[in-house]
Amino acid sequence: MDTVVKAKGLGRRFGRRWAVARLDLEVGAHERLLVIGPNGCGKTTLLNVLSTLTPPSQGYLELMGGKSNPRADIGLMGHSAGVYEDLSASDNLMVFARMSQRDPSQIPTLLDTVGLDLRPDPVARYSAGMRRRLALAQLLQAQPRLALLDEPFAQMDPGGIAQVSQAIRELPGAVIIASHQVHHAAPLCTRAVLMDEGQIRWSGAADKAETAWRALHRERGDL
Amino acid sequence: MKTTLDILYKDMLIEWRARSRTVALLSFAYTILLLFAFAIGPDAAALRHHAGAYLWLGLLLCSTLLLDRSMRIEFEADAVSKLLLVPVSAPGLFYGKAIANSVQLWIVGLISIPMVIVICDATITEHWAWLVLTIFLGGAGLAAPGTLYSAMIARLSGRQLLLPLMLFPLVVPVVVAAVKTTSLVMLGDPMNQAGSWLVLLGCFNLIYWSLCGVLFGRVVEA
Repeated sequence: MDTVVKAKGLGRRFGRRWAVARLDLEVGAHERLLVIGPNGCGKTTLLNVLSTLTPPSQGYLELMGGKSNPRADIGLMGHSAGVYEDLSASDNLMVFARMSQRDPSQIPTLLDTVGLDLRPDPVARYSAGMRRRLALAQLLQAQPRLALLDEPFAQMDPGGIAQVSQAIRELPGAVIIASHQVHHAAPLCTRAVLMDEGQIRWSGAADKAETAWRALHRERGDL
Repeated sequence: MKTTLDILYKDMLIEWRARSRTVALLSFAYTILLLFAFAIGPDAAALRHHAGAYLWLGLLLCSTLLLDRSMRIEFEADAVSKLLLVPVSAPGLFYGKAIANSVQLWIVGLISIPMVIVICDATITEHWAWLVLTIFLGGAGLAAPGTLYSAMIARLSGRQLLLPLMLFPLVVPVVVAAVKTTSLVMLGDPMNQAGSWLVLLGCFNLIYWSLCGVLFGRVVEA
């Protein structure tokens, strides 16, 4: 199996606190991985390190089989939408299509896929959920070999969750989803890992993720 | 080169879509010029003598607003992360943004000249092309270090205060050379000194544009 992520002893420190510590992870080329865990357990930091935007403080990280500049193959949908507020949704997609030499004729289809209209309003007037849909459209446009999605269902209405789920299914390569909404994310994934205090506490099939998640909460006394 | 053009296109598109902000910037420049005129009072000779200084101080103050906004659009919704994952090269990103900032400063500078002429009762005694060249080199000399510094402080609180604190000392030579050249073009240049000041401006531009282009990559990745 081709691996797009191979991490050994990966760690990232902010000041004296290790957000991710001694983490080993392998993700196959078409694997769908769900990352769950309580707030502050290091999910977002892990995605940022895997995106190469945050360098690791320790450990070994190999992306795309050791490609020297893997960034073109990585797509990130982070907490912020990563869009230009003064541009419309289609302008945003047009700008990135131009830079990455993609076909701009796909823009109306992409917007339709994530449930956005082709309208001239600037993104500044969009709701939080609409911005996340646009961020997902950008991800679909980029067609990355590794898509990293941080809370893709946050601020979404039920219709939006269904459209976003369908859009995530259409992503071509490996997908790593960090989400608290296990019941929405688990059906999209094949494997899951449970993080706590920067480390992987449990790894298994995605359909067992909710059980592991509840067990962790019981252990911590949250339930 | 393609990255530079793409970033320039993007920034110009954003400025066109949000052109009310450019009008606000021009209004700010005009207000500063008017305030200088009120502060000096009805002394027409003093106003005429210092018209070049007022023009460049107005442009310098406008540049801090423009440069802060230019980098804020990249960082406010973390669009810069998407750019880095395209991936765009850091020098391409720098030169695209610095040229876009220069173009806007040139526009504000050129549109401010008639206002300076009216408010300060100034005249252009030398060839007008010298003045255009001064605006071109002076605007570019403010834009290059300003683009680097605005990227350095884009994620910090109080960046609107930090930017002038960091930028102004660095661009003093550019402002001095631009004011001298503008004054010579407006008041007359019997000793043919304008050319020397323009060469000095050109040299500072060369240093700023090459050095900032090299340093920008470290700043953005950090």
